[in-house]
Amino acid sequence: MLKLRRRPRDFADDMASLIDLANPTRFMRFSAALLPWLAGVSVLLLAVGLYLAWFVAPADYQQGETIRIMFVHVPAAWLALMFYTLMAVSALGTLVWRHPLADVAQKAAAPIGACFALICLLTGAFWGKPMWGTYWVWDARLTSVLVLFLIYLGIIALWRVLDEPSRAGRAVAILTLIGFVNVPIIKFSVDWWNTLHQPASVLRVGGPSIHPSMLWPLLILALGFTFLALALHLVAMRAEIMRRRVRTLTILEAERLDRLAAQAVPA
Amino acid sequence: MSGFPADGLGPHAGFILASYAAVVAILGGLILSIALDHRAQKRALAALEKRGAGRRSDRVNS
Repeated sequence: MLKLRRRPRDFADDMASLIDLANPTRFMRFSAALLPWLAGVSVLLLAVGLYLAWFVAPADYQQGETIRIMFVHVPAAWLALMFYTLMAVSALGTLVWRHPLADVAQKAAAPIGACFALICLLTGAFWGKPMWGTYWVWDARLTSVLVLFLIYLGIIALWRVLDEPSRAGRAVAILTLIGFVNVPIIKFSVDWWNTLHQPASVLRVGGPSIHPSMLWPLLILALGFTFLALALHLVAMRAEIMRRRVRTLTILEAERLDRLAAQAVPA
Repeated sequence: MSGFPADGLGPHAGFILASYAAVVAILGGLILSIALDHRAQKRALAALEKRGAGRRSDRVNS
C-alpha cells in the first residue's frame, strides 16, 4: 500500500519562509504578533538580571562594588557590535539580494546600535575613572569603539541627508560595509595591541574567566538587553515601513490634486 | 548573598549610579523616540487613508 509521507522541511522551504517575510504586509502582521512576546521576555530577563546583579552578585575582590558597572557595560558593547553586524548583513541584503526589507532593517538598527555604543563609552568612562584613574585613554579598544560610535552617527546623518529611500539605502549600505572593517578591530584590539583595557573575559578561548556568581547575572542581562533591542528594532522597522507608505500616499495625493487643479482650469 | 543594599556602594557609588543613570536616560530616550515615531507614522497613515489617498483613482493613467 502506498503510504503518503510529508516531505521533510528543507532549505528551500526555509528560504521561502524568509521570502514571505520580505513582503512588508506580512512582516507587519508577523511583527505585531511577535512584539508582545519579545517585550515580555525582555522585561522578565532584565528584572531577574538586575536583581542578581545588584542583590546576589558579590563585590569583586579587586574592583569592589564598581564591578556592578560591568553588568551594563559589557552587554552594551556586545549589542553595539551585534547591531553593526546586523546592519552589515542588511547592507548585503540591499546591494546583493535587493531584499525589500533590508534597508528598512538597516535604517531602523542604526540609532539603536548608536545608543548602545554611547552607553558602552559612558559606562566605560565611569568605570575607568575609579579603576584606572582616568575617564579616557586613547588605547586601541576605546578608540575603536569611539570610531564605531562615529560611524553610527555618520550613517544616521547620511540617511537624513538623502530623501529618496532606495538611493539612500544603497549609499548607506556601501558606507556600512566599509565601516564593518572596524568590528574585528574592536574585538581583537586587546590582543593585537598593548591596551589599558583588559582582554576578553567571557568570549575567549578556554571559556569565561569570570566567577559564575557574576557570569550568570551578566549573561541574563545581556539576553534581556538583546530582547529589548530586538523589540525596539521591530517597532522602528514598522514605523519606517509606515513612513514609506505615508511618503508614497502623499505623492499620489499631490498628483491627484494637481490633476484636479488642471481639470478645473478652463482650456 | 552579598547584602549589598545594607552595605552601600562604597567609595565609588557616584560612578556606579552615574552609569546606571546613563543607561536609563539613553534607553528611556530611545524607547520614547521610537514609540513616538511609530505613533506619528500610524496617525499620518490613518489620516491619509481616511482622506482616500492611495485609492486607484490616485494613480496616473488608471
